Amino acid sequence: MKKCDLCNQPAVVHETTVKSGITQEIHLCADCANQAGVVIPGQPKPAEMLQHFVIGPGDVKKRAASRGRRLSCTSCGMTFAEFRRNGTLGCAACYEAFGKHLSALIERAQCGATHHCGKSPHNAGTSIDRQARISKLMRELNSAVAAEQYERAAELRDRLQDLEQEPPTLHTRSSQPSQEERSV
Amino acid sequence: MQSTSGQPNLRGRGPDSDVVMSCRVRLARNVAGFPFVNTATSQQQDELIHLLKNILLNNDLDEKLHWVDLTQSSSRERLLLVERHLISKQHAESEAHRAVALSRDETLSVMINEEDHLRMQVLAPGLQLEDVLTRINEFDDLIENRVDYAYDARWGYLTACPTNVGTGARFSVMLHLPALKITNEIERVRRAAKELQLAVRGYYGEGSESAGDFYQVSNQITLGKTEPEILGEFCERIVPKIIDYERHARRLLLEQNLSHLDDRVHRALGTLRAARLIGAEEAMRMLSRLRLGVTLGRIDGIRLDTINRLFLEVQPSHLQVHAGPGCAGNELREARASLIRSRLP
Repeated sequence: MKKCDLCNQPAVVHETTVKSGITQEIHLCADCANQAGVVIPGQPKPAEMLQHFVIGPGDVKKRAASRGRRLSCTSCGMTFAEFRRNGTLGCAACYEAFGKHLSALIERAQCGATHHCGKSPHNAGTSIDRQARISKLMRELNSAVAAEQYERAAELRDRLQDLEQEPPTLHTRSSQPSQEERSV
Repeated sequence: MQSTSGQPNLRGRGPDSDVVMSCRVRLARNVAGFPFVNTATSQQQDELIHLLKNILLNNDLDEKLHWVDLTQSSSRERLLLVERHLISKQHAESEAHRAVALSRDETLSVMINEEDHLRMQVLAPGLQLEDVLTRINEFDDLIENRVDYAYDARWGYLTACPTNVGTGARFSVMLHLPALKITNEIERVRRAAKELQLAVRGYYGEGSESAGDFYQVSNQITLGKTEPEILGEFCERIVPKIIDYERHARRLLLEQNLSHLDDRVHRALGTLRAARLIGAEEAMRMLSRLRLGVTLGRIDGIRLDTINRLFLEVQPSHLQVHAGPGCAGNELREARASLIRSRLP
């Protein structure tokens, strides 16, 4: 089952838009959908239905962003609004607390990059190869989109999704190229 | 602190030093388990200082560092470190409990409790960023063996400002671009740099002016590429183009505007040798013209090292070391003019 883009709960509302051949999906749980003013299947609310019909699905994200401003980090207490004002986060946990809202900002600031693929601490306990493969696929996906190779882009997106769903594995540094690096 | 002659980024002997004054790599790191500096309590800031001081001054480290407690130091001492590019203005003026650790030759410095818990940098004269990256990586590894960094598998090194997240690495070069300034091409460089996601700043970094025709160019993208990839693009593709562009502009001045160039360069030398009162801004402007003349062989008998060193020696806090801490206004301008005349007999 798809998870809510904002809080990771099971999603009940799914919106798919296709623009310039690129498919974009929004998945929201019941609570987040309600907050965003979206009508939940099986729970028709005429007033909200009318409102949603009038404002259009494009505003779902805008409302979600407005909700994002109320987010706060349970570790240091910083709110997303405070971060937007000051430009600095309060602690490492803010990265998780501000989730998708922060990801979108980072992606814009970092020219579309979404994953680290550089140096990592020896004791990080994560798969360096996996991160490198994700980053490589992301770069290939961006290139394919830029070159309007949409079939290739769709294939890369699927591989990326599969890879992202893999649990990270613990392993040591290796100078051998990964299977992904060898085959691409 | 050493005399100004000890600082390597001023000797002008590195590769491409006709255009590249110095190069630098900076890594931003935070210690896991502590809030970032802006939300840390005074007690947590002190704990970080204590923890990092023990690590950085440990005898097991290959790099022998000297510790400066900035909370205890005077504003003049802090400004001296800013003028030497060893700490940022923000670090000098911050109210956090903060410090800086320096190597004896000042090529390596670590700011503690600036925007991030650790901001480490390695400086070198001219363009030699590969060596600089190797050295800072080795130093980073030594620290990493002694403390857990805030790190995330997806985001990499977690930094207070998300624009530094990922590698946390900022590569920068201090470029002397007088010919591009004279030929009004500098705005084109700025625009091109912006399109390539590079930041162009002044002599003292963020928010500073391009005094002496110096421009600090650095990468803005820190995520989605490895450090060698960022370095490769920056050092092999981008910086050489700007260097070639400046050299081309210098050649044009030589070929098409020699008398104008000579006039400008020799007038600058005349001013520097004759002035009895001179402000920092005018001194930097004249020294920039002189440097251009020396690199193009239009002036004999003055070494590039001397001019490079003067750029630092004419700064207010450096002058006050010799002229006295209370020296200001005309007294300071007089001390500056006197120092320049002694260096350019």
